[in-house]
Order: sequence, then structure tokens, then C-alpha cells
Amino acid sequence: MTNPTFEDVAVAPPRGAIPTVRSPVDRSAPSGLVGLLAAATWLAAAGTIRYWPDVPEVSWDRTEEFALLLAAGASTIAVLTIAAQWLAPLRRVRSAAPWLVVIGLIFAVWEVATAKTAVLPMPFFPPPQAIFEVLIDDHKRLLDCVLASGKLLAGGYVIGATLGFVAGVAIGWSVKAGYWIHPILRFIGPLPATAWLPLAFFVFPTSLSASTFLIALATGFPVTVLTWSGVAGVNSTYYDVGRTLGASSRFLVFKVAIPAAMPYVFVGLFMGLGNSFAVLVVAEMLGVKSGLGWYLQWSQGWAAYANMYTALFIMALVCSGLITLLFRVRDSLLSWQKGLVKW
Amino acid sequence: MVIAQSHPVASPRDPAAGAGAGAGAGTRLEAVDVSHRFDLHGEPLPVLEHIDLTVEPGEFVALLGPSGCGKSTLLRLVAGLDLPTEGELWVDGRRIEGPDPSRVVVFQDPTLYPWRTVWRNAALGPEAQGILRQQRGRIEDVLRLVGLSTFAKAYPHQLSGGMAQRAALARALVNEPSLLILDEPLGKLDSLTRITMQSELVSLWQRSGFTALLVTHDVEEALYLAQRVVVLSDRPARIKAEIVNERPYPRRRGDPYLTELRHRVLAELGLDATW
Ligand SMILES: Nc1ncnc2c1ncn2[C@@H]1O[C@H](COP(=O)(O)OP(=O)(O)OP(=O)(O)O)[C@@H](O)[C@H]1O
Ligand SMILES: [Mg+2]
Repeated sequence: MTNPTFEDVAVAPPRGAIPTVRSPVDRSAPSGLVGLLAAATWLAAAGTIRYWPDVPEVSWDRTEEFALLLAAGASTIAVLTIAAQWLAPLRRVRSAAPWLVVIGLIFAVWEVATAKTAVLPMPFFPPPQAIFEVLIDDHKRLLDCVLASGKLLAGGYVIGATLGFVAGVAIGWSVKAGYWIHPILRFIGPLPATAWLPLAFFVFPTSLSASTFLIALATGFPVTVLTWSGVAGVNSTYYDVGRTLGASSRFLVFKVAIPAAMPYVFVGLFMGLGNSFAVLVVAEMLGVKSGLGWYLQWSQGWAAYANMYTALFIMALVCSGLITLLFRVRDSLLSWQKGLVKW
Repeated sequence: MVIAQSHPVASPRDPAAGAGAGAGAGTRLEAVDVSHRFDLHGEPLPVLEHIDLTVEPGEFVALLGPSGCGKSTLLRLVAGLDLPTEGELWVDGRRIEGPDPSRVVVFQDPTLYPWRTVWRNAALGPEAQGILRQQRGRIEDVLRLVGLSTFAKAYPHQLSGGMAQRAALARALVNEPSLLILDEPLGKLDSLTRITMQSELVSLWQRSGFTALLVTHDVEEALYLAQRVVVLSDRPARIKAEIVNERPYPRRRGDPYLTELRHRVLAELGLDATW
């Protein structure tokens, strides 16, 4: 008899097939009726905007166009819903259908409460077509603001996250680094970054560099703390394994400590991103005379409330977009965690 | 030394030759009057006391002892992960002062890196030593040997307990250790997988000729695998008895000689009342 190998006895898996974990949640999508209902609410909103006369005192330039836009949206929803009947890839529209119904209703109610009846007092609560108007007519300035904010945020965030990560690894790994950095972190870290604002604008040569510093600070603190606790919390047997296999301390840092700490690092990156938004807006309002924060401030100063809401809307879009992007990065880098933790 | 042949050796080594001795790749391990203490709440906790132990090249020695007596501690000292409070440890005339890839440990838990696939876990040793490029083929061979080649791309959480333990074994074997240190490597497996793994361990050891130092809770396992069983006392651990098992390999589990030895070992452990 030949020596038995494990394969003879162990249950052999199907060749080349690695079992993949499938999400147990498989909600059946809402039926096509909800999609048609969504189209109907959008059409109703369009009709309300177009045919119900506005209150006499004010008028908006793009009421007609906005109504057309909603009508176009309604027909798109309807077409997609019907096409999804035959085209499987379009089924995703259906899961969005309940939300589309709600959005259509919101447009209708909002329009009636503002432009049509002025139940909500006028200059403070512009109707949806006013926002649309700002988006179209002021798009150049808005775009400039988005770019300015983006540049400032990216600079500060990247610097803060990088330094925070390096500091966190250093404290978590080296006792000496911990001795020096930890007390500073303890003392200064909890201070809200905005508290530095007056000092920063005074010390730094430009308001841009001051704001970058503040954003970096706001980002760096959570990233440092979480990277540190991630590195410090690495199972010490991981190091034992590495050491018995001939790993240098360089290998232990880069190939053991850091990958093991990555889930924590990402928590820090998420917290840092949230903090950086807050500081960005404040810095733009008070120091840098550009960006969405500044636009908010500026439009409020001119009582241009539609512009203000537009800026808020764009800000929400950008922030949630960035958070989503960070989630994507995490999901691809930490795909090994799937099935280990509730994803 | 050849561990990872794609085809297992057709006939086991001549039983009379004494298993494992042939290859001569194993190291000689010597513990000279080793004592070790831990610090527990400021009090010294003696764990090992005056351990004198010699393991000949290619020998298979099992350590048996009550839970918490200091077996894992002794293995950590042999691996070079900790240094003994007193006494000296030597391999082939060199003092053990730190870990070395020629002395690989298979830990009580598989301790695979969850962020690495099975293949990359097995590749850990060569990668850490900077010789991954030359060793690629070898990693595949070893994975085939432990029956995990189809799972090379799987992550540890996608493995069963037994498969994870086999992956940990593969990670150790890739380094062609001359001393394989096994800390209850089969402790968490079901009894069927365990029996298979025991046989496979024996044939691996016979083929490669490494020295093996195994800790186990299981008297039967110790007697089935090892040429010598070292019984340790309760903490602080001293060597209480050494029982030589002369049976050649492959052994049969039902062998009355093993049953008789089992009685003796249990008596040494003070557990023969239930015999
Ligand atoms: N780092 C440590 N600090 C303090 N005490 C320790 C440490 N490591 C182990 N000990 C103590 O040393 C004793 C022996 O531990 P060890 O892990 O060697 O036992 P063991 O014989 O392997 O037990 P088991 O069979 O249950 O695995 C235990 O009492 C444990 O509490
Ligand atoms: Mg132990």
C-alpha cells in the first residue's frame, strides 16, 4: 500500500472551485407596479409645476424647463420599469422604485408649499425650480467652488492621513516613539481642530496653507489613534509565527503589523474624513475666500437662499460620494474580511 | 532532503532501520538544566525546573504533561521565541539565542494570517527570507502534499478547522525544517481527521528525517507517533519519566504493546486509577 495522502481521506472539493460566500439577504425586488407608480408621481409633480399658477409676487425663469425635466424623468422611469420585464440587468431599477415614488411626492409637496401657495414664506424657502435655476445659471461658479474645496480637502486629508498613519504605526510598534508621541497626542489630540483656527490663520503665510494644516490635523488625530490601537492589538502569535519563519522586523512591520491593523486604520480614515468635512467648511467660511463653504456664507449674505440650498445639496452629494469612494477602497483592500465580520 | 515529492514514496522505509534516522537532516537538540520563570502579578511563577533533555538527530520525541505545566513554554524556548531564565539550549552545538527558520513551530492554533490566501500563508517563510522566487514550485508541492492545492486561493476563514491546521503544517514544511516543533497540532481536530493526520505526520517525518518534538495531551497519540515519550510533572514542570517505545513504524493502533505502554504512562501521570 502506498502512503495515504490527505487528499485520499479529506473530503475533496470540486476541482478549482473555491466556495464563495453569498449574501443570505436576497430581497425580492418590488414589482413593476411600484415603478409605474413612481413614474406617475413624477408626472404629477411635473404637471403641478407647469399648470398650477405661481403665487403672483414672484416668478422664476426656468419653471417650464424644470417641469419638462421631471416629465422626462417620469418617462425614463416608466420605460426602464417596462423594459426590466425582459432585460434582467435593468431589474435594479425596481429596488430604487419605492424611493423614486417618495422623491416624486417630495417634489410635488415642496412645489405646492412654496411656489403655488407660499405656505412656507417665500425668500427663505425657494421652490425646486429655483434650485434648478441656480444649478444652471451659476454652474461656473459652483464648479469652481467644488474644485477649490476638493483641492483643499484632498491636500489636507492626504497629508493628515499619511502622517497619522505613520505616527500610529510608530507608536504602536516602537516603545521609544510611543514615549515621545503619545503624551503629545493625549494632550493636543482631543482639542477640536477648529480651536486652532485663529492661531493658524495668524501663523501660516496663506489662508490656504492654514486651512490645509487644520484639515490635516482634524484627519490625523483619529487616523493616528486608530492605527495605533490596530497595531498594538495585533495578535502576538502572528509575530511569533513570523519570527520563527525568519522574518526581519521590517517584514514584521510591513507584512504583519500593518495588514493586521488595516481594518482599524480604515475606521480612522472614515472618522478623519468626517472631521475633515467639518473643518473644511469652517475654514472656508472664515478664512479661504473660495469653495463651497464660502459660497454658503456668501449666498446667505446676499439673501440668495436658493443658492444656499444648492450649495448644501452639492456639498451633501460630494461628501457622500467621497464616503462611498472610501468604502469602495476598503472593500477591495479588505476583501479578506468578508465572512469574518458582518460586512 | 525531499519532502514534497508529487508521488509519495511507494514503500515505507525498512521498519528495522529505525524510522527517520536515515536522512541525517535532523538536528540534535540539547536542553541543559533549563529553568524558566514568569512574572505573575509581581510574583515569580516557576514554570520549568531543571529540565535536562537530549533529542538525537532524526528522533521523534513527545512531551506529555498536565495542562498548564509548561509544555508550550518549553517549546517556545526551543524555538528561540523566549530565552530561559536559567540553563542553556543547544542545537547541533550552537546555543539557541533566537528564532531560526530551521526550527519551525506549528502552534496550538493554526495562526494563519487571515489577510493572506492559503498559498501566500504557505509562502510566508520563503518570502520573509527573501527566497520566494526560487521556492515557488516547492510551495505548490507542499500544498499538494497536505491536500490543499485546490484551496490555494482560499482565505483562512473559508477553511475548515482541519484544513487550517494542514495549511499551518504546510507553512512549516515549506521551510524544510531540521527540527519541527509541534504544539498539539492535532488537538482541535475531529478524531477521524486526527487519525489521518497522525499517519501522514509519521510518513512525512520518515521521508524527511527531521527531528520532531511534539507536545500532546493524548497519550495514545504520543505512543503512536513518538519513539520516546517524556512525561512532565505538574507545574513547575520537571521530567518525571521517559518511556522508550521501540515499536517500528508503521505502527498499529491496536498493538497490545502500545496498550501496555499506555498503562505505564497513565500511571506516571497518576491517572491509572481508571484503568
Ligand atoms: N507570558 C506569560 N506570563 C505569565 N505566565 C505565563 C505566560 N505564559 C505562560 N504562563 C504560565 O505558565 C504556565 C505554563 O504555561 P504553558 O502554556 O507552557 O502550559 P502548557 O503546558 O502548554 O498547557 P496546555 O497543555 O494547557 O497548553 C501556565 O501556568 C501559564 O499561566
Ligand atoms: Mg500549551
